[in-house]
Amino acid sequence: MSDCHSDEAPISFSAETPLIALAGQPNMGKSTLFNLLTGLNQHVGNWTGKTVERREGIFTHEGREYRLVDLPGTYSLTANSPEEVVAREFIVRERPQVVLAVVSAANLERSLYLVAELLTLSAPLIVALNMMDVAAQEGIQVQPEALSAALGVPVVPLIASRAVGVRDLLALTRQALEGNLSFCPNRPAVRADHRQILNQIQTLIENYIPQPYPPEWVALKLFEGDSEITRLMEGLLPEAESQTLKDLLRQHDDAFLAVASGRYEWIAEMLRAAVRQPKIGQIGLTERLDRVAAHPLWGLALLAAILGLVFWLTFTLAAPVQAWMEQWLIAPFTAAVSAMLQPAPFWLRSLALDGAIGGVGSVLTFLPVLVIFFAAFALLEDVGYMARAAYVMDNLMHLMGLHGKSFLPLFLGFGCNVPAIMGTRVIDSWPARLLTILIAPLVPCTARMVVVAFIAPIFFGANAVWVSWGLVLLSLLALVLSGVLLNQFLFRGQRSAFIMEMPLYHLPNARTIGLLVWQRSAAFLKKAGTAILAMSLAVWALSFLPNGDLNTSFLAQFGRLLEPVGRWMGFDWRLTVALLTSLPAKENAIATLGVLFGNSPQAGLTQTLAATFSTATALSFLVVTMLFIPCVSTLAVIRQETNSWRWTAFSVSLFSGLSLAAGACTYALATALGAG
Amino acid sequence: MTPEPISNLRSGEQATLLSFGGGRAVQNRLASLGFTPGVGVNMTQNYGFGPLIVTVRGTRVALGRMEAAKILVLRSRVQ
Repeated sequence: MSDCHSDEAPISFSAETPLIALAGQPNMGKSTLFNLLTGLNQHVGNWTGKTVERREGIFTHEGREYRLVDLPGTYSLTANSPEEVVAREFIVRERPQVVLAVVSAANLERSLYLVAELLTLSAPLIVALNMMDVAAQEGIQVQPEALSAALGVPVVPLIASRAVGVRDLLALTRQALEGNLSFCPNRPAVRADHRQILNQIQTLIENYIPQPYPPEWVALKLFEGDSEITRLMEGLLPEAESQTLKDLLRQHDDAFLAVASGRYEWIAEMLRAAVRQPKIGQIGLTERLDRVAAHPLWGLALLAAILGLVFWLTFTLAAPVQAWMEQWLIAPFTAAVSAMLQPAPFWLRSLALDGAIGGVGSVLTFLPVLVIFFAAFALLEDVGYMARAAYVMDNLMHLMGLHGKSFLPLFLGFGCNVPAIMGTRVIDSWPARLLTILIAPLVPCTARMVVVAFIAPIFFGANAVWVSWGLVLLSLLALVLSGVLLNQFLFRGQRSAFIMEMPLYHLPNARTIGLLVWQRSAAFLKKAGTAILAMSLAVWALSFLPNGDLNTSFLAQFGRLLEPVGRWMGFDWRLTVALLTSLPAKENAIATLGVLFGNSPQAGLTQTLAATFSTATALSFLVVTMLFIPCVSTLAVIRQETNSWRWTAFSVSLFSGLSLAAGACTYALATALGAG
Repeated sequence: MTPEPISNLRSGEQATLLSFGGGRAVQNRLASLGFTPGVGVNMTQNYGFGPLIVTVRGTRVALGRMEAAKILVLRSRVQ
């Protein structure tokens, strides 16, 4: 590539680890490329002050280290969502030395839209032309050299899923970093009929633009009606200029269309230069699969079948592993610690065995269930099915004023509510996201199903399966009802827009799935080691103090204090205490009952329970367990994602009220029916 | 030919986009996905209720019926 602007300074090569940003729209294979380059050398966190996932990694190429930041996948850089703000703020403020823009050769027209925006930001760009294989399959021929000449920036053809072309991409990146590449980008222009007014805006604000922002870009964003930039400039402009700007923008409130059209005209120019054979109107694989997968009836049937298969697979595969872990890891470890602490004081042994191992150990045996569930979910996500699940669920979700996208995190909730609440980040409107966060704990997670699986057979024998199914349905019914009511009273029936890309189906990538499972499992393990451990110890302390006996502990005293309330649901103080100790982890309820009924081995416990409690009490206990206050990990994540103690407190009161009411009704009804 | 909401199109029908409403955030989102006045759209799936799928600039976009009702198109002539 030759120099075209003598005034364009070459990008200086920094002595420190060069910073590279990865930008791209969703479904362009950006994550595949990121995972390919960084492997396990990546760190997943949050962008400061935002609930947007930040992925950063290190990779080495020819003996040199590079920092790679994966920007959130966005369709544009206009402030429609926190993701878009994060992506553009990073480019403007952190000034990455190279921005790799991932586009899809199979869908060049739309994917160049983000490139058009990146060029206006004056980012040093290299275009990674991904999915060359998919394009070829669809009969589309893209010529990288021609595209590069038209864009004025380097273009590298790539098949990230098969690691083809990565070497060239890295070689070019290195050249760019060493200043051996110069860029003379062909930037998109605003349509002629709006150019004058854009200049007018730029002149008006020129002296007030804060440092890192390019003036042209700020003017363009004002023109597009970008909420963040409008607010920023309104705060900085003097009264008179601010008013003039407002008037100008009001007269041209359709300007965003001129800007978008201008970009697409520019894209059309690029396509004319680079695409030899455009796509012909053939019916592809995606269309044929969607006739079933996105059909209002068959689509739902398929979704139900897939859900059933996932659950069946999860529990069939995980159960033996769980049993194995219990027998060969947890039990020997407990025995070893117990032997080691033989000379230690009684409280220390109890702290280690009942507090730490009892709490965290039982949670850890859920790992196999979660790993298999996460893997199934990641597979469905990676092949492109999840968008179809959201699409066919849209009608049902509308009952709650939500739309299809809210279904995805709720589905994840069947494994564990924690990733479900984190998963609500896919929902773009805040009220819809908040509502989904509030109702997500009503999805019965595996931990609650463990309690059901233990208690139901004791009291219902062969009918336990039906009772379990009934409890799941009850939870989901409660979910829909709370959704409808919360939507009416809190959000006054507001409805958020459902606009979602339906990506092409493609073959799954083992690396992508593997890394996703690893990251989600690692996050869960981290939580088990911190929040769950801390809470387990706190509950242990309450059950141990003041004199080392659960029956006279603070927790038991508290349980007795609550006994009058518990009696509405048919509970004695022991069931109330069991329920309270289920807060750190739901399945703790069983362990607590074990302790309260004289440390009897579990075989004995089932008989004791059957002899102590009536069927009505058992049923009411199960109903309350399903609907009770979410576990501490879930509450922590609700607090984190809503960034509000008020909503966290609201969640606690909502579920206390709901479970209490449902438990009392169940008990009264069951007693009336003669199950007392 | 009179303007009509895109949700009137049946599966397989083509049209030209005229305008769209729904508020600035929705409009910006639609524009970045390829919806601009004058662009050709193809109704990929519409069962008359629930969400629908529109293909625009080679991208398949699912739209809620509420959103689709605010997108106006001119139906292409049937040959």
